[in-house]
Amino acid sequence: MTFRASWLGEFLKHSVLLAGAVVVLLPFYLMLSYSLKSPAEIESNTGGFVGAQEMMTDRRCLKAGNPPEDCEMRPIVYNYTAAFSEAPLLRYMLNGVFVTVSIFVIQVIIALPCAYALSKLRFWGRNVVFGLVIFCLLIPVHAIALPLYIMLAKVGLTNTYAALIVPWSISVFGIFLMRQFFMTVPDDLIDAARIDGMSEFSIVWRVMLPTAIPALLAFGIFSVVAHWNDYYWPRVVITGNRDLMTPPLGLRMFKSDLDGNEYGPMMAASTVIVMPLVIVFLLAQRRFIEGITMTGMK
Amino acid sequence: MAGITLRQVTKKYGTLSVLNGIDLDIADGEFLTLVGPSGCGKSTTLRIIAGLEAQSTGDVKIDDRLVNDVRPSQRDLAMVFQSYALYPHLTVQQNLMTPLRMRDLNFWERLPLLGFLVPGRRAKMAQIEEDARKVAEALKIVPLLGRKPGQLSGGQRQRVALGRAMVRNPAAFLMDEPLSNLDASLRVHMRAELSELHRDLGATFVYVTHDQAEALTMSDRMAVMMDGDLLQLGPPDEVYEDPQDIRVAEFIGSPKMNILPGESDANGTITCLGLTLDEGLATPQPGKVSVGLRPEHLHVQPRETAECFSGRLTYKENLGSDLFLHLEMAGVENKAVIRAKPHEVDFAAVGETVWFKAESGRMRVFGTDGKRVALTAPDTKRKVG
Repeated sequence: MTFRASWLGEFLKHSVLLAGAVVVLLPFYLMLSYSLKSPAEIESNTGGFVGAQEMMTDRRCLKAGNPPEDCEMRPIVYNYTAAFSEAPLLRYMLNGVFVTVSIFVIQVIIALPCAYALSKLRFWGRNVVFGLVIFCLLIPVHAIALPLYIMLAKVGLTNTYAALIVPWSISVFGIFLMRQFFMTVPDDLIDAARIDGMSEFSIVWRVMLPTAIPALLAFGIFSVVAHWNDYYWPRVVITGNRDLMTPPLGLRMFKSDLDGNEYGPMMAASTVIVMPLVIVFLLAQRRFIEGITMTGMK
Repeated sequence: MAGITLRQVTKKYGTLSVLNGIDLDIADGEFLTLVGPSGCGKSTTLRIIAGLEAQSTGDVKIDDRLVNDVRPSQRDLAMVFQSYALYPHLTVQQNLMTPLRMRDLNFWERLPLLGFLVPGRRAKMAQIEEDARKVAEALKIVPLLGRKPGQLSGGQRQRVALGRAMVRNPAAFLMDEPLSNLDASLRVHMRAELSELHRDLGATFVYVTHDQAEALTMSDRMAVMMDGDLLQLGPPDEVYEDPQDIRVAEFIGSPKMNILPGESDANGTITCLGLTLDEGLATPQPGKVSVGLRPEHLHVQPRETAECFSGRLTYKENLGSDLFLHLEMAGVENKAVIRAKPHEVDFAAVGETVWFKAESGRMRVFGTDGKRVALTAPDTKRKVG
């Protein structure tokens, strides 16, 4: 009786979990699958996951006046070459790397001393300042996008890397996260460093930073994922110059270039853009999960 | 090497007063222990000496140099913390080298990568490594040099923390309960080792502990602190034998001193639990007094005799070499404790009445204000309690 009941309970639990997993994974599955299949297979929804991979003809190749035998290729090759040839995907990705890494580095440079001061130094008004930090967490970026844009435009920074990086250089979330972590660092360690002759800045970089690596990794995930995937802000400040586009923005440009049915190359481009994050996550999975569970964030 | 002087040092957090004017002279090369229950201000005193905390008023001098506004690192002191506070991301060797790197290398030489380009850095680093190795050899931790603190046992961490304090050859060592995180047997072992280290280095040690046994065994002088006041300062023997305050008497010694209620008359004669004691007040003053008797100065009598204290035995605490008898006595709030050799009291059974006498000349009497009051010499005419 108890066995049956628990079996039923397990079944229900796993059904719910599986349903959730399907909802989350299905779009990825389709993206990956479409990036492998020919346009005909996508349209008729046949061919399973990888498609039949029958030889197909590249219509644009033909249009360009090439002999038909040169324009024969497998759908997978077609999709991925089209992804890279139709748009400067590599350029977009390098932009993405440069922007996200710059943002993260500057955020750390600013957040660590702030978090240290808010957690370990006693000064008048500390709690008020920390309250302001919490308050800033509540402000959505969309609310201040327009004034921010106007300010950047006034100083002539739109359509520059600076426009993509500067507004994100102070991360209140980073300050908050690191402050919470620093609260757990024993005061004795800081006192020992002071007695050993370190200045307060030395303590931040030589003692707090190395002990905070797990928390920094967690923050790194949030920061890099958020800004790598950000579509809204690059769309606002990058108006003309295609050389500055980040991957999600590039993807959108990409779509308007191709005719409506060409999902294959587009999904191939999406796959390429998502891959770096997935690969990094797989490589550092254990540390990432450690970092996230440690900070109590999900 | 240096002496340390505190003059009228006070510390207030808001309206809460933690230190009420501490005066302390620590001699060059002395092992001085600050001892007291938690919250008595002993750690605060140490942190004020170290410069980690600023005193509200008063002066701190190290070697006659006023250091009130001097940063901790400029005071030439080393500190060992209860939690050891080793840098968790550095190896033992790097931990030992850190204070020297901070002192001997300038800003450019300390920079990662760029520092290697500064001329003369290599020679300095070689010297630092050499110094760290010497200390490691002295503390017998050479095999641990490549490990990180997380891979060390408590005792090993303790040694590394000591080493990190020693490398700089500081003017004085400040130790904040350095042994409290060790297990009992290692603690006893490290007590001896610290005393030895103090003898070898000849440096000034200021040692904070709540453990009166550590204070008694290791220090040249001990300062007993309570509620932000320094109650008594003196060699361990003196503090143990001649406590000047009832709080000191109760805090120092284990098991603690028995305090019995007594009363003195106009002649200075003291009666305690119905018995007249053989010593009286030197300056007679009628009123209540507290009679303090250490457990080892009480002796169990085989049978009831005249002028004996008595109590019901509730518990025999066997320590192997000694037995502690816990007695319930009428008119006494706390249980009295007698220290005895096992063979002397094998007749006593739990639940029965036990008779005992106090050794002559051993009692310490305190007035109602808790201060010690002087006694006359034992008077043979007076009854022996």
